[in-house]
Amino acid sequence: MKNKLDLLATPGLSKSRTGITGLDEITGGGLPTGRPTLVCGSAGCGKTMLAVEFLVRGAVEFGEPGVFMMFEENAAELTANVRSLGFDLDKLVKQKKVLLDHVHIERSEIEETGEYDLEGLFIRLGHAIDSIGAKRVVLDTVEALFAGLPNHAILRAELRRLFRWLKDRGMTAIITGEKGDGNAITRYGLEEYVADCVVTLDHRVHEQISTRRLRVLKYRGSAHGTNEYPFLIGERGISVLPITSLRLDHAAPAERLSTGIARLDQMLGGQGVFRGSSVLVSGSPGTGKSSLGATFADAACRRGERALLFAYEESSAQIVRNMRSIGIDLAQWVKKGLLQIHASRPTLQGLEQHLVALHDTVQAFRPAVVVVDPISNLTLEHSETEVMPTLMRLIDFLKQQQITSLFTSLTTGGSGTRAPEDSQVGVSSLMDTWLLLRNVEFNGERNRLIYVLKSRGMAHSNQVREFVLSDAGIDLVDVYLGADRVLTGTARVAQAAHERSAAELRREDHERKLRQLASKRKVIEAQIAALNAEGEAEEAEVKFAIAQETLQEKTTQQNSADMAHLRGGSKASNGQPKGKR
Amino acid sequence: MNTMTETKTETKTETKNYELRLYVAGQTAKSLAAFANLKRICETHLAGQYRIEIIDLMKTPQLAAGDQILALPTLVRRLPEPIKKIIGDLSNEERVLVGLDVQPVKE
Repeated sequence: MKNKLDLLATPGLSKSRTGITGLDEITGGGLPTGRPTLVCGSAGCGKTMLAVEFLVRGAVEFGEPGVFMMFEENAAELTANVRSLGFDLDKLVKQKKVLLDHVHIERSEIEETGEYDLEGLFIRLGHAIDSIGAKRVVLDTVEALFAGLPNHAILRAELRRLFRWLKDRGMTAIITGEKGDGNAITRYGLEEYVADCVVTLDHRVHEQISTRRLRVLKYRGSAHGTNEYPFLIGERGISVLPITSLRLDHAAPAERLSTGIARLDQMLGGQGVFRGSSVLVSGSPGTGKSSLGATFADAACRRGERALLFAYEESSAQIVRNMRSIGIDLAQWVKKGLLQIHASRPTLQGLEQHLVALHDTVQAFRPAVVVVDPISNLTLEHSETEVMPTLMRLIDFLKQQQITSLFTSLTTGGSGTRAPEDSQVGVSSLMDTWLLLRNVEFNGERNRLIYVLKSRGMAHSNQVREFVLSDAGIDLVDVYLGADRVLTGTARVAQAAHERSAAELRREDHERKLRQLASKRKVIEAQIAALNAEGEAEEAEVKFAIAQETLQEKTTQQNSADMAHLRGGSKASNGQPKGKR
Repeated sequence: MNTMTETKTETKTETKNYELRLYVAGQTAKSLAAFANLKRICETHLAGQYRIEIIDLMKTPQLAAGDQILALPTLVRRLPEPIKKIIGDLSNEERVLVGLDVQPVKE
């Protein structure tokens, strides 16, 4: 009861998940429940595989048993064919989750006389459905009947009845059909009867690389992705590569991650890149892109997070060895299970296949950081219009999983007309942070420079730094600005030495001045002392003169008094004689 | 083994070596017509040499797969081999005879 209400509550059609990676995203939840879906395409494009996977996943993952009615292959052939995808039909048949029925019709054995209908097919199918309680039905390829039965008028009428009947029984069905000539969707016009949902498959070879594509041509009553999506038939069945690109609604965590290079983190607003963001490192050959990528992965492992490294140029052993030369020991992380290195040649398979492989690995390993080194190799044989959507899908997928990704890319421009950054303009718009590594040739040597071209959502440095690889890892060094250019390498060292000696000179000059001042002060102090001494001497002299004079005066007074006394002067005698009297 | 003995007897007496099966679904007009037509044709051209088994798939649907039945009604010539199938209500006597590979008895 509750389920029923839930079903009613969901807007639009109720849908049955196919379990096929990507297809459910494109169709917004799966194929229409209780209705037939037409899957058509030319020979060998994967119709049967898609139908089998729909049935097997339905039986195994969604508890919906299914009937596979085949008109071309027999049960043993089909079972053998899909075993390579990891589907064990024998087992499912034994468990009564899947029922295989091979409808064989041989024109030479059949004579037609008078009226007939295809009730036998209905009875067979009905019996098959009832015996396992099927919810899903596949008819592969019902068009074979057109070759077996001469009376197409009856056949068409009966097919129309069959699809109606499937609908009435509430079967979610896949009807496969061969692609017709020209613009016809199917050779016998099955789309006329199965009109609810039409999926076309296609197999194209472009520049010697084959790509399978899937398109939902029509989905009555539901929104769906209308683009052509590349798909693959891999070890785990079909993967359609959409995969999340229909929406742009991934979360944006504010958490920051270190790039493993402290100075680079500083350039990126002081804290590194955002978790779940994408970083593009582009540069000409030998600028240290791979080393930067390895450092990034190493930093993640140091934090105890998982890192996944996809290498398209070197083998994993070679990477481990080479990174050891700059002091990064990747082997320890591999041993601890924190790091996985997947090395393969980009020419091994098409871009889509690589991306699906990438997908599968990411989903199995669940890393926090993914490094792809380099993406430019993957995109060699493809035009940018092809590469963009596929990469977008990959990046969106990683962002949805909140996996921080770092892609290195080899720049092809740089010679004359094109600036090196121009060659990546298309891809870069998908990236949140773009670092450019550049070789600068000056003064008879090549040196590496690093720029932060962009970094969304943070105040990033506009400065150019020199990128130095040493046996202690990567470091960034301030460059020296010369008269009209930045100085790097030995020129930077020379400039530094020059500045150092200039400073030394200045310091010595200061000391000399201080010393001079000190001695001058001493001279002045000596002079002051001398003057003081002179003053004291003069004072003493003056005092002496005064004393002399006082003494003289006293003596003179004494003398005159004596004389007056002797002369008996009145003036003086007034007092003294009285006293004496 | 069965066919061996049948082929041996074929040269001597041609009795009952047509083993026919008529698949139908219920008592529809078509199935009744087919049965009536078959009965008539056999009586006329194969008198005493045939055996007809009627299989109603409404009752025994599991039997449909064994003889690869799609269309109804279907007449299956089980013996003599090879297996032959005739679909339809058997209204065209000539074609039924061609289908069964039977020489018509001239009257």
